[in-house]
Amino acid sequence: MNRRLEGPAASGLLRNLDSAKAPGVFLLCMIVLGIASASLLDSSSLRLLTEMLIYLTLAQLWNLLAGYAGLVSVGQQAFVGLGGYAFFYFATALVVPPIPALLLGGLVGFAAATLASKVIFRLKGAHFAIGTWVVAEICLLTVAVIPTLGGGSGMSLPASIVRTLGAGRQEREVLYFLMAFCLATITVALIYVFMRSHNGLALMAARDSERAAESLGIDAMRIRRMVYIAVGFATALVGGLIFLLKLRMTPDAAFSVLDWTAYVLFIVIIGGSGRIEGPFVGTVVFFILRALFADFGSIYLVILGVVAVVVMLFAPKGLWGLLSQWTDFELFPVRRRARSQAFRPCPNSTT
Amino acid sequence: MPIIDAVFQALMLGGLYCLFAAGLALVFGSMRIVNLAHGDFIVLAGFIALTVTWTVPVHPLLSLVVVVPIMATLGYALQRFILNRVVGADPMAALLITFGISIILQNVLLQIFSGDTRKLQAGVLETASVAFGDSAIGLYPIVVFVVAVTVIAALQYLFYNTEIGRVLRATSDDSQTVRLMGVNQNHIYAVASAIAFVVIGIAGVLMAIRTNFDPTQGPARLLTAFEVVIIGGLGSFWGALVGGIMLGLAQTIGARIDPGIQMLAGHVVFLAVLLLRPNGLFPMVTHS
Repeated sequence: MNRRLEGPAASGLLRNLDSAKAPGVFLLCMIVLGIASASLLDSSSLRLLTEMLIYLTLAQLWNLLAGYAGLVSVGQQAFVGLGGYAFFYFATALVVPPIPALLLGGLVGFAAATLASKVIFRLKGAHFAIGTWVVAEICLLTVAVIPTLGGGSGMSLPASIVRTLGAGRQEREVLYFLMAFCLATITVALIYVFMRSHNGLALMAARDSERAAESLGIDAMRIRRMVYIAVGFATALVGGLIFLLKLRMTPDAAFSVLDWTAYVLFIVIIGGSGRIEGPFVGTVVFFILRALFADFGSIYLVILGVVAVVVMLFAPKGLWGLLSQWTDFELFPVRRRARSQAFRPCPNSTT
Repeated sequence: MPIIDAVFQALMLGGLYCLFAAGLALVFGSMRIVNLAHGDFIVLAGFIALTVTWTVPVHPLLSLVVVVPIMATLGYALQRFILNRVVGADPMAALLITFGISIILQNVLLQIFSGDTRKLQAGVLETASVAFGDSAIGLYPIVVFVVAVTVIAALQYLFYNTEIGRVLRATSDDSQTVRLMGVNQNHIYAVASAIAFVVIGIAGVLMAIRTNFDPTQGPARLLTAFEVVIIGGLGSFWGALVGGIMLGLAQTIGARIDPGIQMLAGHVVFLAVLLLRPNGLFPMVTHS
């Protein structure tokens, strides 16, 4: 699949990417599990799973941005909020049926990301991060002064619209779960395929050494912008689903840096950034921590913050990074690694 | 004269914003690190001052005697024991660690002080004013502005006229060569961070006298500081003063139009500067 790599690949230096079967098996298991849970579980368990899938999707998207593209954004709440507001607006004011309205929300995210990328891609590295936060603040403040969107007091989704998705609560929860499940599965599959493609390799190369990558003719900026916009679209789509579940939104809840960026960030850090497996591990750990400590309020957030900082300092590749370092196992192999011992000075190199 | 009023208000607001920004500019200018908990440390300084005035009934400005050493120690320790481990690596590590620290700080403050809004009472200093033509200017805003100018002048002197400033500038240009010259960078970085935290301490106390504050306000302070740094550019600390005044002016004009768009107006000016002059008004000279 990577013609340019044929030379070194043929000489046995690089892993043949096409041989991986694990992701297919894993996805198949997930689909079986998904169908089983949708038909067997009660509505509150389904709601928990839906929430987990939503965080998994957000974490995968953030990981694609920060872990693979090197675009550390702390402003993804902009797209969650915009997606949510667009969905509510289309569904209530313009009476678009809920599912097309969700897709329209995604398109709003796409447009916003395209526009925002024109400005914030002028900022590099750490400055880019705060730039994304400024963009999110601008979205929040703008939405809060628009009367059609309910101003500071927000909007809610009328019960009549919700009922078009299913008469009973169980029926709707199954639908929400399936929607979140499809979103998560498609996101993971697309990221996996993308990261194994030419552009994916170029992205990792540019992250590891921008100068070297550009000297080989890689237009890192173009690929990064493409990734940023695609992630904006998908995040807005998830945002619509989030507020379809919540039924009510205010500017502060829609553009919450804690809910839609901090938690997501902690999930990726704890699980391991720059790996597709990381967000899976992180989501599970995050929900376990939440179940154990959420009642402690602000202490819980302190614990979460401390765990994230400690992991960042002592295991910067996260829990999955530790695991794969010991076992040399990868569920989603997207890295090309030297096979011969002579060419393996560092087990974590991506080239 | 509403225009003169607005200009003075902007100048005074700009002074405070410049103090928010100076520490951020110093740390980024020398170590290429952005501390996402910067705003939370400003708020923390406010709370330390509050605790001091609760314990000993002194004028809030006197609390600086306690606040500044505590903040300097915190800044030194943060850099020496945490951030030095990731300095020079990709910017992601420092960003995420300081983001984590920001969440930790906000919630520790919330736990100790609750979410109530607070303010330091500075008595007559807050209400006194100076007549200027047919309008009156508050004494306290003038004090803040004078402090801001003094701090900037001091930082400028430190950075361009002293031994440590020379090392910091050299480090910012080429940190590997500086290490070859036998400089203990761990210590130098920590000292730079301590100096930045002294400014954070001053900014925090002055802020706490001027406006209401609560534990959740750190991020807003961070964004203000960041915008000021980008508008001003990283070439001179005076850029922070100009950036602060520009942001203050934008917000003052915005607030006159509609109180709801005060903050928005500031962000829009930031975006405009970013589009027209991406390196700010006082760009850094690159030696490469």
